[in-house]
Amino acid sequence: MGVLTEDFETRKYDVLVIGAGGAGIRAAIAASDEGVTVGLVSKSLLGKAHTVMAEGGAAAALGNADERDNWKVHFRDTIKGGKHLNNWEMAKIHAEESPKRLMELEKWGAVFDRTEDGKIDQRNFGGHRYPRLAHVGDRTGLEIIRTVQDQVVHQKNVDILMECTVAKLLTSNDRIIGALAYHRNNGKIAVIQAKSVVIATGGIGKAYRVTSNSWEYTGDGHALAYEAGADLQDMEFVQFHPTGMVWPPSVRGTLVTEGVRGEGGILLNNKEERFMFNYIPKTFAAETAKDEDEANAWLEGKEGAMRPPELLTRDVVAKAIMEEVNEGRGSPHGGAFLDIANRREADYIKKKLPSMYHQFKELGDLDITKERMEVGPTTHYMMGGIKVDARTSASTLKGMYAAGEAAAGLHGANRLGGNSLSDLLVFGNIAGRSAANFAMKNEMLPHNKTTIEESINQILECFHEDKKENPYQIHSELQDIMEMHVGIVREEKILDNGIKKLEELKHKVMNTKAIGGRAYNPSWHLCLDLQNMLTTSLAVAKAARERNESRGGHTRLDYPDYDPDLGKINIIIRKGPDGPNIIKSTKSKMPTDLKEFVEKEAL
Amino acid sequence: MKRKILVQRGENSDFFMHEFEIKGDEGMVVLDAIHQIQANDAPDLAVRWNCKAGKCGSCSAEINGKPKLMCMTRLSDYDPSEPIIVQPMKTFPIVKDLVSDVSWNYEINKKIMPYQHPSNENDPIMFQKDIDRVQEFRKCIECFLCQDVCHVLRTHDMKPEFAGPRFMIRNAGLEMHPLDQGNRLEAIQKEHGIGLCNITKCCTFVCPENIAITDNAIIPMKERVVDEYYDPLKWIWKKITGKSN
Repeated sequence: MGVLTEDFETRKYDVLVIGAGGAGIRAAIAASDEGVTVGLVSKSLLGKAHTVMAEGGAAAALGNADERDNWKVHFRDTIKGGKHLNNWEMAKIHAEESPKRLMELEKWGAVFDRTEDGKIDQRNFGGHRYPRLAHVGDRTGLEIIRTVQDQVVHQKNVDILMECTVAKLLTSNDRIIGALAYHRNNGKIAVIQAKSVVIATGGIGKAYRVTSNSWEYTGDGHALAYEAGADLQDMEFVQFHPTGMVWPPSVRGTLVTEGVRGEGGILLNNKEERFMFNYIPKTFAAETAKDEDEANAWLEGKEGAMRPPELLTRDVVAKAIMEEVNEGRGSPHGGAFLDIANRREADYIKKKLPSMYHQFKELGDLDITKERMEVGPTTHYMMGGIKVDARTSASTLKGMYAAGEAAAGLHGANRLGGNSLSDLLVFGNIAGRSAANFAMKNEMLPHNKTTIEESINQILECFHEDKKENPYQIHSELQDIMEMHVGIVREEKILDNGIKKLEELKHKVMNTKAIGGRAYNPSWHLCLDLQNMLTTSLAVAKAARERNESRGGHTRLDYPDYDPDLGKINIIIRKGPDGPNIIKSTKSKMPTDLKEFVEKEAL
Repeated sequence: MKRKILVQRGENSDFFMHEFEIKGDEGMVVLDAIHQIQANDAPDLAVRWNCKAGKCGSCSAEINGKPKLMCMTRLSDYDPSEPIIVQPMKTFPIVKDLVSDVSWNYEINKKIMPYQHPSNENDPIMFQKDIDRVQEFRKCIECFLCQDVCHVLRTHDMKPEFAGPRFMIRNAGLEMHPLDQGNRLEAIQKEHGIGLCNITKCCTFVCPENIAITDNAIIPMKERVVDEYYDPLKWIWKKITGKSN
């Protein structure tokens, strides 16, 4: 490698926030409120992050639509939905604080849909005992990101770096000291010095082919944290959302909000059967309707009627649809039918689900107020991520914090719909505040010149003449491996084979070639993103291989049941000298009073 | 089915049209075609996109000369015997290929007075009928297609004088918010130049969210500005008393 002639820019912030979705922006606001300087780095333009795609709503026990709701019930629902693998303390903090964080948004200018008496309206969603999701039609994520976006641009001492990607975290003596990034528009390198860092980079869905996630979801935060020495936790738990579009091929995987079912939509197979009644797990039987009459009575608001089985948790519904398809009862394009047309008036559908109406009309030539949709599972969300402390969002690496989808613990083995938008508000705030406090108590540490030079060379390596592989082709190969070997249902042999293939793919990933110059060059960006996707994919596969049971989003054909002992354990992935080490870590025990409350059958 | 796509490429005022052939599939959108070109023919072809579902407003471009989102524009809407022409938005400087520099819009947004919540109001009470209009404006996904098509910005390049339709609805959404305590009329008139809009409605026609930008935002704001600054009785009153009301 030649002498480094790279002319890089240098920046200095007390707190560096990586990722500008809801969690990152909320963290930046919180840190700035504490009085420190903040750098907020966004891979995209501000306001385009994945939060904007969240549709159904934000869960908070406001009790506006049903006054029986309170934080304890929300806590219980979150734990039951997460199949008891959640970090109970995070689930408690989340349920307690989400009403406050949500109400705060309206003081910043958000405008949620209203109840008759002028309060924030709340809708039903899978796994939530009472109507709990504050929403704006089916564009709730847009409302939330726009609100925090308009707030953060007026905060003191916040620098926003748009279209800037962090490629490496810099550490010194097991402490974070900054990061190396590149500007997408001109390809210039930025070396950022920071006292503390918040990782809020979202998920990993782009490692799969059928996904509701955008190009940004390449597991950057997970991989950066792992490489810097932080622990990853629960990586085997990937959420497959039950309802993605399946037709036409170009939109396969695009999300169809759970709000369709929350508003009364039902699932049917090609025999016209409402098949979800055949898939009600024992633990949810007491609070699920027994037959169609009861489910219909619930929709009409009849007291005492239990919820329809279409609103069971996402892991249950996704597997049910897959089984129907495998048994030959699927829709023409390999999904199930989702019907709202026969359940609600056309005007109501257009008012409550406008973007779904628009999406199917424009992309699928289908009018959801008249016809049934075809839907099937799609990779949607990463429950696992950077291991954090519940109260401070601190990772295991000193000075580094994580929030939102990039962090692990709150959702356990399966996330409830609506808990993501509230997650990012609650823990974005906590992480930002903690990072600011750390920055106020610690010195800025100097960077090592040699490390910087080596790191810059690594980032630019894919421009070398001797590189051969087309990154788009390798990305496609990676997606095939993940779909085939680490998909919805898993098995030891298939996983072993997948891990082998991923390890073999590594040399191809390191041999990918960037063509052209440094300015806005997606081939270069993909070469780097691929390294993150591969690291994360291996972590997912290895954790999945280790967990010999089925729980939530992780289903093993060879171990179809819960293992009570494994329910007490989190699988940790930590970088070792020869690759990832797997560590089994015992979860902290939930206090008895909360445990008893959770275990009560029906409320 | 094979289709021809003509893509504008280049940077630093060195632009050219590059023809590609792609394999069309059922339901395919223009953004799919661009991705196929990246994977097979031009790995460094620059395009900005995110959600691919019409929700984020990143992939704005001009398709056969019309401002559109690439992710919501089907190939089947175009004559298969003709190439489809894809170009970046014309109103903004080009970064590279299909990516334009839209940072000016973010600068304008920063200058707008944000929402001002009443100090005594704790948990906001608002009624749905009073917020329907505000929610219509808040549907905006900031694709900036309205800014691209607006002739005040596009043809006359009056960016320093006119904030453009996007920020007229941003202002209108704040002014029509039932609880907001701010007053932006002076800024709307002077800094944001609402008078420069001569209501040709081009912005409304290209809005992928079907926001009635001209009818529901710009015209009512023009009326408020006129009431405030051009009402002769108000004018005399202000002259005599020095008060605005």
